[in-house]
Amino acid sequence: MNDPLPAPGDGPAISRRAALKLGLVGVLGAAVGAGSTAVIARLGRAARPRYRFFTDAEANLLIDICEQIIPRDDVPGATDTGAINYIDRQLCGRLSRHQETYRRGLESFRQTCLQARGAPFGELAPAAKIEALRSLELGEAPRALWGDPSAPEFFNLVLSHTMQSFYGSPRHGGNRDYASYRMLGLDYPQVVGQNRYKKA
Amino acid sequence: MALRHVNAVVVGAGAGGGVVAKELSEAGLSVVILERGGWVSFEEHGQDELINQRTTVLGDAYGPDDRSPRVAETGPGRFEVVLPHEGGYNNNAACVGSGTVSYGAMAWRYMEKDFRMRSTYGAPEGSTLEDWPISYDDLEPCYEKAEQQVGVSGDMSANPFAAPRRRPYPMPAFPYNTEGRILEAAAKRIGLHPFPIPMLRNSVPYGGRNACVHNRYCCGFACPNNAKNGTHNTMTPRALATGNCELRTHSIAKEVVVDDKGLARGVRYFDATDAEQYQTADLVVVSGGAIETARLLLNSKSRLFPNGAGNRYDWVGRNLQGHAYCGADGLFEERTFDDVGPGATIAVSDFNHGNPGLHGGAALCNEFIRPPYGFSGMRPPGQPSWGKAHKDFQRMFYKRSVSVRGPVQEMPVFDARATIDPAVRDHWGIPVVRLSGSRHPHDVEIGRVIAAKAEAWLKEAGAVATWTNVPGLGLSGGQHQAGTCRMGSDPKTSVANRFGQVHDIDNLFLSDASLHVTNGGFNPVLTIMALGFWVGGHISSRWKDGRLT
Repeated sequence: MNDPLPAPGDGPAISRRAALKLGLVGVLGAAVGAGSTAVIARLGRAARPRYRFFTDAEANLLIDICEQIIPRDDVPGATDTGAINYIDRQLCGRLSRHQETYRRGLESFRQTCLQARGAPFGELAPAAKIEALRSLELGEAPRALWGDPSAPEFFNLVLSHTMQSFYGSPRHGGNRDYASYRMLGLDYPQVVGQNRYKKA
Repeated sequence: MALRHVNAVVVGAGAGGGVVAKELSEAGLSVVILERGGWVSFEEHGQDELINQRTTVLGDAYGPDDRSPRVAETGPGRFEVVLPHEGGYNNNAACVGSGTVSYGAMAWRYMEKDFRMRSTYGAPEGSTLEDWPISYDDLEPCYEKAEQQVGVSGDMSANPFAAPRRRPYPMPAFPYNTEGRILEAAAKRIGLHPFPIPMLRNSVPYGGRNACVHNRYCCGFACPNNAKNGTHNTMTPRALATGNCELRTHSIAKEVVVDDKGLARGVRYFDATDAEQYQTADLVVVSGGAIETARLLLNSKSRLFPNGAGNRYDWVGRNLQGHAYCGADGLFEERTFDDVGPGATIAVSDFNHGNPGLHGGAALCNEFIRPPYGFSGMRPPGQPSWGKAHKDFQRMFYKRSVSVRGPVQEMPVFDARATIDPAVRDHWGIPVVRLSGSRHPHDVEIGRVIAAKAEAWLKEAGAVATWTNVPGLGLSGGQHQAGTCRMGSDPKTSVANRFGQVHDIDNLFLSDASLHVTNGGFNPVLTIMALGFWVGGHISSRWKDGRLT
């Protein structure tokens, strides 16, 4: 290769300790304070659901699936960047026609794991998780558990939505902190209307 | 209260309607344009990868919205309601300027043979392939007007296959970007004739507007600094500036009223408040795009035309075509990405005609810059599309890949068509269009051959891995939709005559790609604009003493 791969980010992540050294205590303190208020407020309304569409159990399973599709390595993955937030939000918006596909597909997948692997997805070893999803993609899951959607239809839907969350604009709920653009070394948002690129 | 009678009502302010309205207004006719969308701007959706006119997973940035469904054939004999952002809808746009606001802006003239496809090749079995009733020479002055008045940057001197032109382009061609430079050298080594893609985009300030600043994303998006030339920032403003033209946005045409003498009397439509209005006129021009134009004519039933205006012989809505896109992708060791947008800079026209055993062909161009989401689906066969391998591939090759694509000229098929759905209606209660049929198998054959040419070009350019993309048989239309009301000299086998005048309705004209008999191996928009000048010029020449003579 003629040049190195793009750096995983614009700069190293600032740890809390480093931030303390830089004298950012006040800023972080304010943020923590605001967060605490939110937490306290939520305690008073314990029944409030975490998600718009998913149950907690569905969401936890889906988060785990999305993380296999775009895993964290030296840069953030699907979980870090809010894939569940994107899918949950869009299922109550533009992608609402897929609600039942998710509901049925997640249940089929839950049962598939128990039947074919003898354990819930979340308890499988990393390699087994990938295998479980691979058999969905290839349509090798137990047919009795999959009708509408079929296993590949469900997998491909989750795949495309996970990609949308990771690469789409953060305004839709995913791609937190433009993580995918940092990964690729693309500046974003672009500053438009300026002649700042060298012309070809 | 009745609306004031005007000389002409134009339905649709897109590539065709914008030009016609400008021509008629400047000729002194009083004109009303009915546009179903509104004025749009860059600011609303910016460069959103998921909401634009190219990637619509979360919606179309420039319309239409969900109030305008269609019905599409999703399997043999199976029909489903589809929304504008969904596959199968074959959307273009719904706004002032229509597709010309957000297009990639390639500014092709068709070649001479593209107007004589049947006499050049003969019609393959199962195709209604035919010659146009007009020639390239007829249309040449209109191409020139489109290039000069809307604004094109280009230089055809290196393309020996280009049809003759009298005037050079008004702006110099855009230079090649990195991909273009890599491909240019390779093309020359294998005997091809590369040249810069002509663009409806300002390479230098033109028409009182800015030069292009080379944003990464352009195709599918409005231009943030108004350097992309559509009818919304050229023709429609000129029409309005005459004082003779009124543009009514958010106005949904319902039917063209045709009287018992076989003359069009005006257009019924719903205004921005959903109230029904009736705009009478001396003549009507329909420029709704191939699918919506066919729908409007089919919904315009009268005593003389019980099956829709111009549909006496059941040709309205037939021969729907777009382009069967084919091509190849290649991965490189060297960096090919330079972020000089929009990215498509180089073309060859070596394969538009003269391919042994094939009825036509396609131009080949390097592709616009792929957004990362789009690139996530660009993989060689067998390559994992998810997991660690996905991320590694994105990091390794996002900036080291080149795509070459070509719009295969399709063989018209009589049963690839737009009809009216018997049950489904839109928000305004107007019956919606139903799309059915499929491509001609020969399109796939051509696609396979041209894709192999693209792959060979990429290999010569140094690609370490290449793979081809060949179109399937699915119905084609989309942004390049054409052919549904073809022009011809025989009323039994066409809808309009050579001037876009609907057979047997002397004051009803069409001006959009519905008139295209065939669709060339190129993006069609400059031809649509040229036809706007052709039809508009014809009407103006016949307009004497306040009436059509």
